[in-house]
Amino acid sequence: MNISLLDVVGPVMIGPSSSHTAGAAKLAKTARLIYDKPFSRVRFGLGGSFASTYRGHFTDYALVAGALGMSEDDERLGQSFDIAGEQGIEFDFYPTEIPSVYENTARITFIGEEGEFFVEGASLGGGRILVTNINGLACEINATCPTIIVQQQDVKGVVSDVSTILAFNNINIGIMKVSRTSRGDKAFCVIECDDIIPEHVIDELRQVNNVLSVVVVNIQGE
Amino acid sequence: MYKDARELIKLCKEQNKHIWEVALDNEVKLTGMSRERVMAHFSNRLEIMFNSALKALHAKQATKGSLIDGVANCQYEYSNKETIAGNYINYVMALAYSCSEVNASMGKICASPTAGSCGIVPAVLLGVMENKNISREKTLEALITASAVGAIFTKNATVAGADGGCQAECGVAASMAAAAAAYMMGATDERCLDAAGFAMINVMGLVCDPVAGLVALPCAQRNASGAVNALISADMALAGQVAHIPFDQVVDSMFKVGKMLPPQLRETAMGGIATTPAGQAIYKEIFG
Repeated sequence: MNISLLDVVGPVMIGPSSSHTAGAAKLAKTARLIYDKPFSRVRFGLGGSFASTYRGHFTDYALVAGALGMSEDDERLGQSFDIAGEQGIEFDFYPTEIPSVYENTARITFIGEEGEFFVEGASLGGGRILVTNINGLACEINATCPTIIVQQQDVKGVVSDVSTILAFNNINIGIMKVSRTSRGDKAFCVIECDDIIPEHVIDELRQVNNVLSVVVVNIQGE
Repeated sequence: MYKDARELIKLCKEQNKHIWEVALDNEVKLTGMSRERVMAHFSNRLEIMFNSALKALHAKQATKGSLIDGVANCQYEYSNKETIAGNYINYVMALAYSCSEVNASMGKICASPTAGSCGIVPAVLLGVMENKNISREKTLEALITASAVGAIFTKNATVAGADGGCQAECGVAASMAAAAAAYMMGATDERCLDAAGFAMINVMGLVCDPVAGLVALPCAQRNASGAVNALISADMALAGQVAHIPFDQVVDSMFKVGKMLPPQLRETAMGGIATTPAGQAIYKEIFG
């Protein structure tokens, strides 16, 4: 049986809908973890069924809660609009078209002192999500465990340097996927790890030769 | 390894273990978590289930559209009076109503297997545990038994209303809960699966037709009736009623029936009671 019992009886969540409430909160929280900087405004572009049915399922409250860093089982989810107000964070929602094979999609744009930064993704049902774009970088991230996204020049040795740093810091790699646009051009690798990635490791990764950017989703699954 | 009920029962016999033990072994192997950690997760889920089943009994919750505010308290108050089906059955209905009311009011629930059907497994587990004086430990084993049944539906059919209608949500939840209730009353592994099969057969073809697209009406009511379905299905199995159709074939037929359902009856709010004049009037009132 390759179905986890804890997925059958779960997730533990704030109602009413695993796809429209829990998935929305998780997607926005993941986006916030990726952005990981202060912001004064956040915009939510809603696609597919999110755009037409978000009000009935509190998708809007869940998205704001996630952007504030709350989890899908946080009982303050219903007060997220007020909490955002207290923190001086503005938010708004608008319908948009996001090319995707999935039904429930959102584009979350954070606006801070350094400008705009967006994350796109989808709620897949049952509280599962997929991040499909990070500020222009196409990817596929489920955010079920700590994940590192390294963008690099497609030259020899980068992947080896990255994995050496992780091994040296006692971080076990679960899954590693490397892809590139074309030979010698930009490449990126998505590394799913078993352990939370400490700040100093992220800094070390950023200093590796030919590494262009490092984004970390420090999310701890069950 | 097993992929369906037949193989699960075969493993139970070979290893002289109950369904929950074989399923737990599989979970440990699949997730890489320790047995203790998996059990801690289940224990936490059981706690959240019980909390949601009790929360709305005494306090009305404010739900979107106010369609089911106070349904749990209404049934709970009545359960203490002279009733037709008895105090216990009415109390279990109140527990299921409570979970649905909590879910629709942005309260904390545990999807089992979905948020829309989150009342059935908790109501049956808590109701039987209290009424029959079952230990918490055995109730936890029953929850794992229920999850194992749910996993078979997830793998070989569906648990999404958008794919299979309400039979895939409240039907599967009742099927899971029936197996759990039978286990709590000491049924054999085969009898637990018979109970699961009876519950699904009782509601095969049930459509998903949420009024105004909200997880409220008729979802809450179907959670209450689904919990009762689980109890009577477990009683059928415990009485020794013969299950002529093997559980795996029931699962398969549910999947096929779901595919035969038109999209209007699969969570789109375009058929069933959602499109009755009263249902449409409610939609207008809430969303304008």
